[in-house]
Amino acid sequence: MAGSGTAHLRPAEDTLLSVEHLVVEFPAGHGQRVHAVSDVSIDIKEGETLGLVGESGCGKSTTGRAVVQLPRPTSGRIRFNGTELTELKGEALRRMRPQLQMIFQDPISSLNPRRRVKEIVGEGLEIWKIGDDDSRRKKVDEVLEAVGLDPEASGGRRPHEFSGGQCQRISIARAVVTEPKLIICDEPVSALDVSVQAQILNLLEDMKARYGLTMIFIAHDLAVVKNISDRVAVMYLGKLCEIADPDTLYAHPAHPYTAALLLAIPVPDPDVRPEERPVVGGEIPSPLDPPSGCRFRTRCPRAQEVCAQEEPQIREIRPQHYIACHFPLDPGEQLTPEPSSNGSGGG
Amino acid sequence: MSPSLRRHQKRPVDAGDRFPSQPLDAPLLEVENVKTSFRTERGLVRAVDGVSFSLERGKTLGVVGESGSGKTVLSRSIMGLLPKKNVVREGRICFEGKEIGDASSATMRQLWGTQMAMVFQDPMTSLNPVLKIGRQINESLLYHLDISRNYANELSLALLSSVGIPEPERRLKEYPHQLSGGMRQRVMIAIAIACGPKLLFADEPTTALDVTVQAQILDLLQDQQRERYMAMILVTHDLGVVAGRADDIAVMYAGRIVEKAPTSVLFHEMRHPYTEALVRSIPKLANPSHTRLDMIVGRPPDLVNPPTGCKFSPRCPYVQERCRTEEPPLLDADAPGHSFRCWYPVGTPEGRAALERNRAEGHLAAAVTTVASDTNGASGNAPAAGDAAPTTEGV
Repeated sequence: MAGSGTAHLRPAEDTLLSVEHLVVEFPAGHGQRVHAVSDVSIDIKEGETLGLVGESGCGKSTTGRAVVQLPRPTSGRIRFNGTELTELKGEALRRMRPQLQMIFQDPISSLNPRRRVKEIVGEGLEIWKIGDDDSRRKKVDEVLEAVGLDPEASGGRRPHEFSGGQCQRISIARAVVTEPKLIICDEPVSALDVSVQAQILNLLEDMKARYGLTMIFIAHDLAVVKNISDRVAVMYLGKLCEIADPDTLYAHPAHPYTAALLLAIPVPDPDVRPEERPVVGGEIPSPLDPPSGCRFRTRCPRAQEVCAQEEPQIREIRPQHYIACHFPLDPGEQLTPEPSSNGSGGG
Repeated sequence: MSPSLRRHQKRPVDAGDRFPSQPLDAPLLEVENVKTSFRTERGLVRAVDGVSFSLERGKTLGVVGESGSGKTVLSRSIMGLLPKKNVVREGRICFEGKEIGDASSATMRQLWGTQMAMVFQDPMTSLNPVLKIGRQINESLLYHLDISRNYANELSLALLSSVGIPEPERRLKEYPHQLSGGMRQRVMIAIAIACGPKLLFADEPTTALDVTVQAQILDLLQDQQRERYMAMILVTHDLGVVAGRADDIAVMYAGRIVEKAPTSVLFHEMRHPYTEALVRSIPKLANPSHTRLDMIVGRPPDLVNPPTGCKFSPRCPYVQERCRTEEPPLLDADAPGHSFRCWYPVGTPEGRAALERNRAEGHLAAAVTTVASDTNGASGNAPAAGDAAPTTEGV
């Protein structure tokens, strides 16, 4: 899984955002470093939704945050709409912010409890002095209406008066009000119940169509990511594993890790016996000292000698299907973990 | 999982509970009309409102519901883990023929660990951060069984390796923060099964875990259950988790069981509109991307002031006048063991007719209503391009 390389990137003139060789590391004391993101490259075309998926600790959230320079990446280039974000500082970077918005996982704690919904949603407009008071009010009402909240009834309330799903609607309204080009959604539905999750996913699709948004959608739930994305990138321990359009990726996963993830999802179908689905053993290794070569090799049932020595580079194995693996699965091939894999491995 | 750290105080020896007088084919657990309410400033919150079921030895019951449906309060009511203050309890809970619904905590302390045990959702907060793993496993062994410390250590070691922890000798001497989330949950399972309980509650045991680890933990629970012939109550919000693993599934909504059936019957012949809506709202891997999801409009009812009639009626696409006034009882379906609460069940002529009527009247999304004053139906209104036309009709 190593997944360095840029073979999957598209010509720069077609893309809205292009991230190249992104590295984010955090000091961890005792001279150690957390290798959160190691040489990840992604790009997004205008109007596209990129799904970033992986288990916790794979660096998907850090990648999303590094795009908005929170925190600043250790190295790498991030080109957004023709501007190199990593070189911007102070006021110049601040000027870019209305075009880049984020939606966070926990809808309740990401809203200021002391402020009213109208103030929360309208703050961006006020800061950027977009329009006069009257047109700002109209814009806020319009956006609230669009996310399914009644501006009359809910505009004067505070966040604690709303449920989690409604708070997420407010977060979405706040994100789209400045008419950004790119929205980064960091696990926007994982704190919600399934019935509300469906409402929010449908709403995000509506908002995307209505405001012409480009989205990075970060989630750990593969089914959710498949539903909303135009292109899906699977990450593991700070590296990219596989990139393809969702229908191809889910029908014919080529990377053993993608295949393992898909097999691990509990299926709401009583005829699928979970014990017949092989489980990949072990847990994600420490990002302080990631394995050499391919980072998935310690859990990979197909790992060979070469995986420990050589980091696989991203390559195109089928049209628009990119993968970083020495021994990819052929279409239709099943992943067969060795029998002892269950329950082994350390944390 | 003994509740306190009274290590030196031994449980009074009682051989009787190891060899029950009850025949082994009698249900292990019988729950009858259990009601649990909390007194709050706003009024009585009816968290569990009349739940009945029985569970046989070695079987798994999956309890499925969204947050606030009462599934966790139900399992804690049975375990006797709720606070005494401001809790109103009713109903009968029989474990091996003995009533335990109003048992004292001293009595319950004898049952916890040896008869019933629980695996909680968050393994970090349910383990004691300042005690080594070994001591936490030993604790219940030493409390319940008349064994030496050395033998308890040996048992702990065996337990840790049986739950698939590598290098168990080293792990025994470590603290919880030194383990990963999946390893901690394995330790929790080891503690729960240490004294061989007959009934294991698993309350969202994998919600805090990653999907590959979730599959490992669910497999482990299932293996241990089969090996030890435990009954298990698997509480979850994820129908996928229980689909392949539970013998029976109970779907809860607003403190009640709205549908209960053997697993394959529930999925193939579901009768309750809520079950149907729940299954439909899950994004499925088999569907192509950008498939529009069926959503349930509105949100769960306020349990202080629940709607009259069927609790799901404000959100139900099948809703008729009768649903709003008269609450359906738990009716038996054709398949044995299948029951549901609905006047216009899914897949029946009455249900189809009700849905047609609602479609014809143009409010597919039933009534957009909210009982609680603070919601204003906002969540019920579909967005502009949504497929559910907002209506102004209230309850």
